[in-house]
Amino acid sequence: MSLDNVLTGLGATGPAMFAVALAAAYFACQLRLQIADKTWPGWRSLSFAGGCLMMSLALAPPFMHWAHEDLRGHMLQHLILGMLAPIALVLGAPITLALQALPRWGARLTARLLATRWLRWVSHPVSALILNVGGMYLLYLSPLYAASLDSRFLQGLLHLHFLIAGYLFSWAILAGPDLAPRRPSLRLRALVLFAAIALHAVLAKLMVVWQLPVGVGYPRAAVESAAKLMFYGGDLTELLLAAIMFGGWYRQRVRQGRSFTDLPVPGGPSS
Amino acid sequence: MVHLVSGTSQQGDARRSLWYAVLIGIGAMAAVDEIVFHQLLQWHHFVDLATPFIGILSDGVLHAVELLAIVIGFVLLVGLARERMLHTGMVWAGVLLGSGGFQLFDGVVNHKILRIHQVRYGVDPLLYDLAWNAVGMALLIVGFCVLARFRKEGRDVAR
Repeated sequence: MSLDNVLTGLGATGPAMFAVALAAAYFACQLRLQIADKTWPGWRSLSFAGGCLMMSLALAPPFMHWAHEDLRGHMLQHLILGMLAPIALVLGAPITLALQALPRWGARLTARLLATRWLRWVSHPVSALILNVGGMYLLYLSPLYAASLDSRFLQGLLHLHFLIAGYLFSWAILAGPDLAPRRPSLRLRALVLFAAIALHAVLAKLMVVWQLPVGVGYPRAAVESAAKLMFYGGDLTELLLAAIMFGGWYRQRVRQGRSFTDLPVPGGPSS
Repeated sequence: MVHLVSGTSQQGDARRSLWYAVLIGIGAMAAVDEIVFHQLLQWHHFVDLATPFIGILSDGVLHAVELLAIVIGFVLLVGLARERMLHTGMVWAGVLLGSGGFQLFDGVVNHKILRIHQVRYGVDPLLYDLAWNAVGMALLIVGFCVLARFRKEGRDVAR
C-alpha cells in the first residue's frame, strides 16, 4: 500500500469523519449542559450542525472529483468551505459551549488556549483578512493552485487553511457570539469587511482578465463562469456577514436604549 | 422609549431620514444594475478586456460601497422607524437622489472614464449612454423636487 493509496483512502473518508467528530463533540457538550440542567439555544446547535454538514458535503469524494476537474466545482467548494460553513460554525458558539460544558480541566485548557499570544494575533480582523483573502491571492496568482492539483497532501492542507482562515475571519468580523480575545470596534470590523468585499471582487474580475489561476490553462468560458460564481457567491456570503454584524449592532443599541437619532450625519447635528 | 418619541418634532428626523435613504438608493440602484443589466438582459459584460487595471480596482471598491450601503442604510432606517422619527417624504427624496446619483456616476465615471463595461455591446453606444444618463438625471431632478417640497413644508410648519 503506497502513501498515495493511504492518502486517497483518508481523503475520501477523512473530511467526513472530521465533520462528524466535530458535530459529535458539540452535541456531547450540549448533552452535558442539559444533564446539568443548563439551557442552550437550539438554533445554535442547528447552525453548527449545518456548518458540519456543509463541510462534509463540500469535501465528499464526488464533490472533490468535480472540484479537481472543473474550476467551477473548485469555486463552489471554496465558497462553501471558506465562507458559508465558517459563518454557520461561528454562529454555533462552540467555544462558549465548551467553556460551559467541559470539566474543569478542559475549560481551563480552553481558556488558556484562548489567552495565548498567537491566538490574539491571528484572531485580529486585519490578520484574519490577510490569512483569508491574502491566501486566496497567493493561491491564484502563484503556481500554488497548479501544484495543488498534483498533490493530495497540499490540497488537504489548503482546504484546512481556508476553513480555519474563514472561521477566524467570520469570528473576527462578527466579534461574537464567542468572546474573541480582542473585541475590536465596529468601525474597524466594518472597514476590514469593506476591504474584504473589495479585494474579493477585484480578484474575481482579475481572474477573467489575467486568466487565473496561473499555469493551468482552463478554457476561457470555464474561467469566466468560475469567476462569476466567485463574485456573486462572495456577494451573498458577504451580505449575510454584513447583515449579521449590523443586525447585532442594531439589537445591542436597542438593548442599551440608545437612540438612532444621535448618530453623526452629513450637515452637522440635526434640529 | 417615551422620551425618544416625544420632545422632538412630529415631522421626524428629516436630515437623517434623507441621508440614510440615500444609502438605500445607492444600494438599490446597484442591485438593479447587477440583476437586470448583468443577469437578466445580459447587456453588461462581467468585465471588459479593455478595462484598465485602475478600473477593476475602483469597481471592486464601489462594489463594497454598494453592499455595505444597503445593509447599513436598512438598519439605520429601521432604527429611525422604531423611534417614530422617520420622515417619509425625506425618505423618498433620499432614495431618488441616491439611485439617480449612482446611475449618473455609473454612466459617466464607470462606463465612460474608467471603461469598466459599456451599456450594451454590438450597437452604437451613444443612444444607450444618453438614455442611461438621462434616467439618472431624471431621478436626481425628481429627487430634488421632492426634497424642495418637503423643505418648504417644514419651513411652513416652523412658521
